[in-house]
Amino acid sequence: MATIQVDGRRYAVDDRDNLLQACLTLGFDLPYFCWHPAMGSVGACRQCAVKQYRDADDTQGALVMACMTPAADGTRISIADDQAREFRANVIEWLMVHHPHDCPVCEEGGHCHLQDMTVMTGHHRRRYRFRKRTHRNQYLGPFIAHEMNRCITCYRCVRFYRDYAGGTDLGAFGAGDNIYFGRHREGVLENAFAGNLTEVCPTGVFTDRPHSERYARKWDLQFAPSVCHQCAVGCNTSPGERYGEIRRIENRYHGEVNRFFLCDRGRFGHGYVNRDDRPRRPEWHAAAGETRVLDVDEALERGGEALRRARRVIGIGSPRASLESNHQLCELVGQDNFSTGIAEREQVCLARMRRLNLDAGLPTPTLREVEAHDAVLVLGEDLIASAARLGLAVRQAVLGRREVLAEARDIPAWNAEAVMTLAQDARHPLFIAYPTTTELDAIAERCLHLAPDDIARLGFAVAHAIDATAPAVGGLDERTRATAERIAEALRSARRPLVIAGGSLESPAILEAAGNVARALATRERRGGLTLVRREANSTGVELLDGRPLEWALDALGQGDADAVVVLENDLHRRLPGERVDRALAAAETVIALDHQRTATWERAHLGLPAASFAEADGTLVSLEGRAQRFYPVYEPRYHRPESRIHPGWRWLLALHAGLQRRTLPDVAFDDLTRDCARRHPVLAGIVAAAPGADERVCGLKLARQPHRYSGRTAMRADLDVSEPSPPRDPDTPFTFSMEGYAGFDRPRREVPFAWAPGWNSPQAWNKFTDEVGGHLRGGDPGARLLEPAAGVAGHVDAIPPPFEAGVGEWRVVVLPRLFGGEETSSRAAPIMARAPAPTLRLAPADARRLAAEAGDTLVIETSLVHLTLPLLVDAALPSGLVGIPAGLAAALSSGAPARLSVVPGDGEAQP
Amino acid sequence: MTATRYRSRLHQAGGERRLETHPLTWWLRDDGERVDLDDYVAKDGYGVVRQVLGHQTPDAVIETLKAANIRGRGGGGFSAGVKWSLTLKGEEVPRGYLVCNADEMEPGTFKDRLLLEQLPHLLLEGMILGGYANAAYYGYIFLRGEYVAAAQALERAIEEARAAGWLGRDIAGSGFDFDIALHTGAGRYICGEETALINSLEGQRANPRAKPPFPGQSGAWGKPTVVNNVETLCNVPAALRFGADWYQGLSGERSDDGGTKLYGVSGQVRRTGLWELPMGTPAGELLDRAGGLRDDRTLKAWLPGGGSTGFLLPEHLDLALDFDTIGKAGSRLGTGLLTLVADDQSLVALVRNLEEFFARESCGWCTPCRDGLPWAVELLRALERGEGQPGDIERLEALAADQGPGKTFCAHAPGAAMPLASAIHFFRDEFARGIAGAREEGG
Repeated sequence: MATIQVDGRRYAVDDRDNLLQACLTLGFDLPYFCWHPAMGSVGACRQCAVKQYRDADDTQGALVMACMTPAADGTRISIADDQAREFRANVIEWLMVHHPHDCPVCEEGGHCHLQDMTVMTGHHRRRYRFRKRTHRNQYLGPFIAHEMNRCITCYRCVRFYRDYAGGTDLGAFGAGDNIYFGRHREGVLENAFAGNLTEVCPTGVFTDRPHSERYARKWDLQFAPSVCHQCAVGCNTSPGERYGEIRRIENRYHGEVNRFFLCDRGRFGHGYVNRDDRPRRPEWHAAAGETRVLDVDEALERGGEALRRARRVIGIGSPRASLESNHQLCELVGQDNFSTGIAEREQVCLARMRRLNLDAGLPTPTLREVEAHDAVLVLGEDLIASAARLGLAVRQAVLGRREVLAEARDIPAWNAEAVMTLAQDARHPLFIAYPTTTELDAIAERCLHLAPDDIARLGFAVAHAIDATAPAVGGLDERTRATAERIAEALRSARRPLVIAGGSLESPAILEAAGNVARALATRERRGGLTLVRREANSTGVELLDGRPLEWALDALGQGDADAVVVLENDLHRRLPGERVDRALAAAETVIALDHQRTATWERAHLGLPAASFAEADGTLVSLEGRAQRFYPVYEPRYHRPESRIHPGWRWLLALHAGLQRRTLPDVAFDDLTRDCARRHPVLAGIVAAAPGADERVCGLKLARQPHRYSGRTAMRADLDVSEPSPPRDPDTPFTFSMEGYAGFDRPRREVPFAWAPGWNSPQAWNKFTDEVGGHLRGGDPGARLLEPAAGVAGHVDAIPPPFEAGVGEWRVVVLPRLFGGEETSSRAAPIMARAPAPTLRLAPADARRLAAEAGDTLVIETSLVHLTLPLLVDAALPSGLVGIPAGLAAALSSGAPARLSVVPGDGEAQP
Repeated sequence: MTATRYRSRLHQAGGERRLETHPLTWWLRDDGERVDLDDYVAKDGYGVVRQVLGHQTPDAVIETLKAANIRGRGGGGFSAGVKWSLTLKGEEVPRGYLVCNADEMEPGTFKDRLLLEQLPHLLLEGMILGGYANAAYYGYIFLRGEYVAAAQALERAIEEARAAGWLGRDIAGSGFDFDIALHTGAGRYICGEETALINSLEGQRANPRAKPPFPGQSGAWGKPTVVNNVETLCNVPAALRFGADWYQGLSGERSDDGGTKLYGVSGQVRRTGLWELPMGTPAGELLDRAGGLRDDRTLKAWLPGGGSTGFLLPEHLDLALDFDTIGKAGSRLGTGLLTLVADDQSLVALVRNLEEFFARESCGWCTPCRDGLPWAVELLRALERGEGQPGDIERLEALAADQGPGKTFCAHAPGAAMPLASAIHFFRDEFARGIAGAREEGG
């Protein structure tokens, strides 16, 4: 700690900070541009100038840049000094020399850091009377719009894109006052985190392109705290709604999870909420293609009647639905009739992951903690594809070596360029074993491209090399043994080693191997972490409900053990072969589907009930970290579409339950539901504390979902009704669907719909909500952790598979997750569809030669269940004997399945 | 092929020069051809390498240089000995680099070129000694790309030295390994700034780096790196051959800065060119050696050491040309090559020309320089056209004041502001005549 003097008053600050961090943490409004809490200082923009005095006798002082000056004990500065203020105003004036002053038509207006800083410094009159420099813009893909004329040359974009996120296709070009930030040639930005440019850029150079197409100012959007549903990481988001549509998703700061950044799937994958073809009213499908829209009473009547008539009702839950909805389904059908809706091969992996979280001796680190690990072993995951934000955290962990080296030379961690210069390409060790290349390979010490069984064998060998009591792997070749020794040595000598595995390759052996490595490390010293990647937003949570796998449910229906089924927010056709699903559903007397998407399963249901998506429902998810987190409805769907009858899944299920028992629908509060779920499943006891209850108040007020400048409320429904209705009530949450309510920053609170503080309209306003810049939310970071390791470490598992051997004329399928197009709901969003690469089939070069096939040729892949035609991609990394297929293409293709391949002759026309 | 008339010309003939008084130019041939290895060794070239390596500790070398007080001849004026004493060395520190800054691009400056083209071995000898003193394992010469003849001379000298064992492993049986590579720049003035030079050498954008950490702590590729100007390094062999007292004595009573200086004159004078003279030689003496102004013009102003130094007046001609004296007069010694301005030259046009150069050569990293200098250029153009507006001169003054040290990221903009601020200070009327309507009123 240090004591510094700011304008004559003394403050205690952290001496590891620079003066800008210290001043912002103290709550001073000191303008800045090039500094970013996650990226440190570079001293480029000169905006944060303050006057520094040598000692008490120094009345002259000298201007210094706060961001480049350590907050050393005894430092005396003035923010208010006239010369410092004038210089800061001049800096803004220079930055604005070429700025187009197009705020009224600029997408950034209203949440623009440049606007905020301009107002803060008082610059309001333009003195530059000469021509402005102009630039040409580039097409950067479906996510990001480019308007270079707005650029103020703070270099944040390239620093984020290249240094932080590891991208290579965005650069700074030119010199003098003609600097250009863009691609060498226009084209799609390749990095998975490009969307963060919209928040990293302090003005409107990089903006959210889908948002531009259906635009509303930030102050005209309605927000709620939400949790991303597009993978299992559990990033916190702030979806913004206008006219009943989600217009954009912004990062919601969480001090332990996503902090400042989201991946592009999460940011741009929300379009499925707005689809025109979404079911919005109950439907009765009498026969194929014959659909009748029902009103709610009739739908519930028919539903209740069908359930009452049924001998046995199966409930199929969903890992993309909330705990509360899944729990209500379980209550409706009974635990014995409840399926998680997850295919068995995946559920086996999920169960094993839960067990490892409890008995492998190492805790699951938060993403912030991941960044503090100094050796990482990844077994069988392409993190940027399967849990992108986790991959970004692993990148920071590996680059963390820079700060260790810098510290030894007294270079402060915030001195970003100096830290990079000193460390050059020094990195903490990262080892990746995966069937093919991954994006993180570029920063890994060793990448091993292996078949899943060989990945497991490598993992077992590493565990044995760390701890001789772990089972040894027989028949290892010398090279693999040496690699395992090197990995073991790196993990052993690390201060905090991290083991990452997951269910992507659906290999229990890989998970057991990761478990052995974790146990080996935990037995030596109980430090380090074990992160296990699940696939979907609530895979971790639903698995905790102890339901049966989906196959069991289909069998029960197909064999006539049950005659009715309720399917909750789940497209079964994406999990198991369509014919098998169809057979089971056809055998059932009654199929009731609840969903917010018109899926193949919905089409086959007799009764379809329109469920709320994450944007209209409340619920709790459990992330892969084991963190239970609450999401809240962003808007009330009936407000703008009075005809719609969308309700959260749990509410439909409550109503069906009441109908089944011929009761009237009870008045159940959401918090009661959560409590009920926690009571029924002791492992979920923590979810009650995951979020504040509906009775939470600040200054006696509920919390506002709308910024106080929200406009148009009296007019925006005028096409429906000239009288303005009162805002929808929301008894289930502490929020109002209104600008009435608390929206400030100075009272600590955990659940913040949108960040705003006086003078701070941009995402930089989050600095006002944290205990220190880049720290934790002052009201506590949201969520509650559920899965902590039990005391003691379980014994090693001996489940070492034999080495993989390529078959003759037969290949083993590996299904490879992909960021864009590999996940169900986001694949229904137009920008994601546009961004997803065309699917290909991957083969090793030797295998392609064996088939006499060349890149681009059309191949047919055949298994006992599927016949699929795909263009060939020759993958030099893929081991011979494997065939790589992108995830999300065909449910019938699962990892490990044997497949035959043949080349389609001629011009590649698909065969029947 | 370089036409003779474009060569840097030394005006002191061989007979006038002795090693004891002209440690830099004594070695030169009168025909202006390159001093090759045989010529150089014949005059005991590389003798200091043999004298020092393995016989004196690096610390002793640095002590001698500190006492000699060789101040940075690139214009910074920082003591080379002190700089070398601050280089990080030791068992746990990787051996780094010695970089020669030969990116001579200061407007009006052509002194290093003479040494590079005609006397490359003296530079190599200085670099070997610098490498030894700083525990560097490799030397780079960062050469201005347009210096094609110098590049050829250096390439040949490096080959000659390597073949003769002055570069490479175990130099002169001392056990010290050191080699040198030539790197030609791609033409950015900012590469003369030592940290921008290092970035450029690494293949990065030529943006300066924040200091601290200084290059001596973390320089090229993160290793300790010393960057010295050509002339500075060329002073090292003689200072070590004859010692600090001798070196100090070269400038005698004229200056506390030791040694000689390659002074030069350009502009409207009868004889432009170079002279090696004791540090602290008065400017007037140089003007006399240059034969005074051409065509009976009278002197209006002069720049003491390149475009990034402040204007001085005829009344300042008797000032000693050393770092402190010129600094006290409100300018900088810079490179010590005078640019003379005659009374029929427009200072507004001259300053506009200079500021266009500096604005164009800004790397674009920090705001005051990137966006402030082009604004100054626009204002100067308006004044030059007679389209200035009331307040423009004050705006220029404010812009110049905001380019002060500490306000900008590196020294580029403060250097750019010096001629602007000093020109307005001394010749405000000339600028005022550029305000619209002023000419008519003034008659």
